[in-house]
Amino acid sequence: MNSFDIFVLPFAIGLYTLLIVFFAKVFDWIKHLPVGDRRKIGRGIRSRKLFGVVKEIFLESLIHRRIFKVNPLLGYMHMSLAFGWFLLIVLGAAESKIYGRDLLNTPWDPIFFKYFKHDTNEFHSAFFNFTMDFLLLFVLSGVFLAYLKRIYARLFGLKKTTKHIFFDRLAIISLWLIFPLRLLAESLTSGIYHNGGFLTDGLGSFLAGFMPVGHLEYTAWWLYSLSVGAFFVALPYSRYMHIPTEILLIAMRRFGIKTTTTFTNFSQIEVYSCPRCGICIDKCQMTSALGNEKPASVYFLNTIRAQKVKPGLSFDCMICGRCEQYCPVGISLMNHRLVQRNKLISNGYNFQFLKNGIPEKARIAYYAGCMTHLTPSIEKAMIKILEKAGTDFVFIDKDGGACCGRPMMLSGNFEGAEKLIEFNRNNILKSCADILVTSCAICYKVFKSNYDLPLKVLHHSEFILELVKSGKININKSGLRAVYHDPCELGRGSKVYEEPRELLSHALELVSTGYDRENALCCGGSLGNIMLGYEEKNKINAAVWKEMMVNDPEMLVTACPLCKKTFNKNAPVPVRDIAEIIADAVQISPVKPNHQLAPEQIAG
Amino acid sequence: MNQDWGYGINKDRQIDFDRNDRRLAEYIRKYVPSYKLCISCGACTATCSTANLTDFYNIRRLNIFLMRGEIDEIAKHIDKCMFCGKCELVCPRGVNTRQVILIMKEGIKKIKQNEQL
Ligand code: SF4
Ligand code: SF4
Ligand code: SF4
Ligand code: SF4
Repeated sequence: MNSFDIFVLPFAIGLYTLLIVFFAKVFDWIKHLPVGDRRKIGRGIRSRKLFGVVKEIFLESLIHRRIFKVNPLLGYMHMSLAFGWFLLIVLGAAESKIYGRDLLNTPWDPIFFKYFKHDTNEFHSAFFNFTMDFLLLFVLSGVFLAYLKRIYARLFGLKKTTKHIFFDRLAIISLWLIFPLRLLAESLTSGIYHNGGFLTDGLGSFLAGFMPVGHLEYTAWWLYSLSVGAFFVALPYSRYMHIPTEILLIAMRRFGIKTTTTFTNFSQIEVYSCPRCGICIDKCQMTSALGNEKPASVYFLNTIRAQKVKPGLSFDCMICGRCEQYCPVGISLMNHRLVQRNKLISNGYNFQFLKNGIPEKARIAYYAGCMTHLTPSIEKAMIKILEKAGTDFVFIDKDGGACCGRPMMLSGNFEGAEKLIEFNRNNILKSCADILVTSCAICYKVFKSNYDLPLKVLHHSEFILELVKSGKININKSGLRAVYHDPCELGRGSKVYEEPRELLSHALELVSTGYDRENALCCGGSLGNIMLGYEEKNKINAAVWKEMMVNDPEMLVTACPLCKKTFNKNAPVPVRDIAEIIADAVQISPVKPNHQLAPEQIAG
Repeated sequence: MNQDWGYGINKDRQIDFDRNDRRLAEYIRKYVPSYKLCISCGACTATCSTANLTDFYNIRRLNIFLMRGEIDEIAKHIDKCMFCGKCELVCPRGVNTRQVILIMKEGIKKIKQNEQL
């Protein structure tokens, strides 16, 4: 089969350029990966994890399951483009190989198949003609939706769409042209030779009725080849680099590689895997409440990729995790922010003044945290509950101890945080406790994630729930209607969603908001953002209040002292901590003095 | 418990314009707009986690040193901040104190490396 014409050149050049640029990059990435990460790849490839990789690539890179969860129409758009195109390539390759009876044909054979192959009347042609046309229609529906999204983003659940850089524009224009041009070229050819399926032949016959299809055919194929070639050349420099990179990302992540405290080549792969879908823009309260899109993760990743990271942008993020929660690629966006902060700031610390004392020994160590010290009502409530349940506890930071280290970590000073962690860890261990209870969601997060403690760590909501369940305290239920606010560090940060709700349901009536659990809003008081001033934090908080009040609750309950303090400023209804609610609802029951519980009794 | 409420008597020092290094103060003024709201009330020091544990730290006094241009004094103590954020929450004027500290550290690093601020 003769299958060469000069018009295949733009396509071929584009394809080879893409392959060379991409594989050079992959080679460079893998070569400069930390040794430990390279070993993980070596081990992973030879393990059963590979099946998981293939499954996830299918579900995420082709079907785009996570985008479906955000918005079905958006999911369909991505799926039709990715999965549709993938099937077109696979089937096209099969078709050309079968007809040409050549397993090793050129890469452009399937692309320009219809131009060169006119006599498609063999027995399987009906199948291919129909299926290929059907797939083309499938992809075209995605392209149509992509046009529509530019005009009417709200239909896709998006308020804002991503602003593009030059190469993105070049790539997107060529991508938008590829499939309509393919339709046109194949239809014109079919208008002459009737070698198309229901779509191309139908359109071709129609066009042939009033157009000189014979003259136009050649130009259309040229244009088609040019559009594909242009797309391939622009791809590595545009957002579409995510298509090949995400496959790499999924595999490496499944093999256990992560971005931790330094920016590695894996982090670089994460950055390149962002398709700039823009889902993170709407989720970010910097956008929705302050009208400032700039700090959104998509633009921040852009600056990393362009190696133009600015301190202002790095620090202008609350590390609330809303973007990460919804990012369809699963990029560790908060870590990226912190790693860049770590690179930018002067990481000095001087904590020689910290001297480990000798704390009392007890079964339970209670650590209030700096923020709880600023909200003494929570502290008081906790002490009341601990005493009422007759527990054997020691108040580790009664006289105001050292900070837990989480705020320091959020500022990017990992080295300083490490010192604070070491100090507090020693104190906790010296108390010989079996259970550590804290009232602060921020402390809880760092205790759980970074302290590596050989004891049970509980947030006070979890702890009190255990007390209630095991009958150590009994509480009265009232008819008060309250809304529960999930603190970022407890909810998305530590995945504790149900325990506080279960506990509260013993004491009052919970009403929901549109922003529960994973979708919770940040109160605005976050210690993660170092750029926000008082006014702006207030503005964010006022916007959150609006959402919290939709179902007319009589009270707002939260489980973090910082959230409580922040909400208090704009409060239309009283704000209380979960411990206060329980402390007030505790029944006065005869508890034997000095009756001490074994920890396994308390914490199951 | 040794608590410094921020109202101790500062060391006597004659105003000496030759020693007043304005670089850091100007740097902070430029990048932390809220800094000019500080009225040296001392609430930040009263609540400060670090000041609670050591005599040699006082965030309000750091602000005064900054205005006097005594950069060496600031450099001696600034790294003791634990970044806990209590000062920011109690400040009656809404000064972004943690940002002040972060930028101070940054400025001092630059000054030490003889970089332009
Ligand atoms: S960071 Fe995630 S959510 Fe944001 S644009 Fe990139 S892929 Fe989409
Ligand atoms: S972590 Fe929160 S504040 Fe930061 S970019 Fe993501 S959504 Fe915005
Ligand atoms: S609390 Fe605020 S106003 Fe008072 S001294 Fe500290 S920074 Fe200045
Ligand atoms: S952030 Fe620093 S200065 Fe402010 S209270 Fe905490 S330790 Fe003190």
